[in-house]
Amino acid sequence: MIPSAFTFYKPDNIEKAISLMSDFGDEARVIAGGHSLIPVMKQRLTDIKHLIDLSGINEIKGIEITGNQISIGAMTTQVELINNEELFKKAPIIREASLQIADPQVRNLGTIGGNVANGDPANDMPGLMQLLDATYKLSGSNGVRDVKAREFYEGAYFTVREDDEILISISFDAPSGGYAYEKQKRKIGDYATAAAGVILKVENNMCSSASIALTNLSDTPVYCNKAVDIILGKEIDNNILTQVTEACVDQSDPVADQRGPVEFKKYVAGIVIKKALTRAIERT
Amino acid sequence: MEKINVTMTVNGKEETLSVEPRTLLVHALREHLDYTGAHIGCSSSHCGACTIDMNGKSVKSCTVFAPQAEGAEILTVEGIGSPDKLHAIQEMFKEHHGLQCGYCTPGMIMRSYRFLQENPNPTEEEVRFGISGNLCRCTGYQNIVKSIMAAADKIRDEANVEKKEIA
Repeated sequence: MIPSAFTFYKPDNIEKAISLMSDFGDEARVIAGGHSLIPVMKQRLTDIKHLIDLSGINEIKGIEITGNQISIGAMTTQVELINNEELFKKAPIIREASLQIADPQVRNLGTIGGNVANGDPANDMPGLMQLLDATYKLSGSNGVRDVKAREFYEGAYFTVREDDEILISISFDAPSGGYAYEKQKRKIGDYATAAAGVILKVENNMCSSASIALTNLSDTPVYCNKAVDIILGKEIDNNILTQVTEACVDQSDPVADQRGPVEFKKYVAGIVIKKALTRAIERT
Repeated sequence: MEKINVTMTVNGKEETLSVEPRTLLVHALREHLDYTGAHIGCSSSHCGACTIDMNGKSVKSCTVFAPQAEGAEILTVEGIGSPDKLHAIQEMFKEHHGLQCGYCTPGMIMRSYRFLQENPNPTEEEVRFGISGNLCRCTGYQNIVKSIMAAADKIRDEANVEKKEIA
């Protein structure tokens, strides 16, 4: 499968990349790892006349950890996230989730920036970023701005990013408490039929903080605020876990596709949410 | 569309190709440089038959544009052994019948080549996870996993012999 023709640019700094984006408007796209973009280009589902490779821009690569503040450059690959021991100590859920993305070869090139900026509801990182309450840094011709991950996604492949903006980094505070990212997929390399992430703290058997998010169960990643409200301050028992799971499933809005009908997806959602809750509690 | 020059080192030799930017790395290797070891299976980054080594990492060469490989060090199955002197992994695939039709084999071998450097002493489960981006529709993977485990032993033994010889 051969994509339609394009011109190729490899700027060595972000200003040059943004200036190319403003010159070409929606005829231009940036390419990071390319593992979402190249497949759709091959299927000619998108018409790109100008392709801007971000791999020459060193300022948007790498992981910086200062105290509890974590900042990850958009061009950091999944395998770099997995192999970074300091990141694993501060936010082990990143490794747990990253290892469930695609396969080893894809993780070698796939980046966190591409994963979150593409706006594909099937991608795992956007859900994870809901969970961590992350902030995205966007750079464009009007300067740099911060957008909360929880306000970034508008619909499938639609985000608040402007045409001339490039996502340059992602930052969040190191989470504390138990964590789990549970993903049900048909095979390695497939997107989630349903996936759920949980981070929570339990003190004296009471839930003192919680975050819950879902992947591929709506046209955007879902932050389960209603379920979080239910569990906060409550004693953890089976009854409360069932209520929380139901509240999460209620907030999901999956569509039927080759992975199954809506009823099945909601059923699987219930299972992965319950598993994630249970494992997160075990790890507190 | 105008062609551009891309320079990369393939199997130790510097090569400059004149390609359209949309040329996929696997086509550049196969059609411009005649390294037909990397196979085209699904052409959608699922099957892994096109797996090669790029800058010390396994990648699927059907999902990389040739200009993205500018300046890269590329290794294909042609670069790790020859018919007279097989690489330990190739020898063990032969010995343990780690293939049937052979279509996935160059990808399997190139993935194993990198995987065994990342993890020289893997468990069977780690081997299976390590090659999870490579599909084989013939073998059921049993003999592929056996071959890789045997290759890991052989490579470690060879390294030990070398160490003793130096000592």
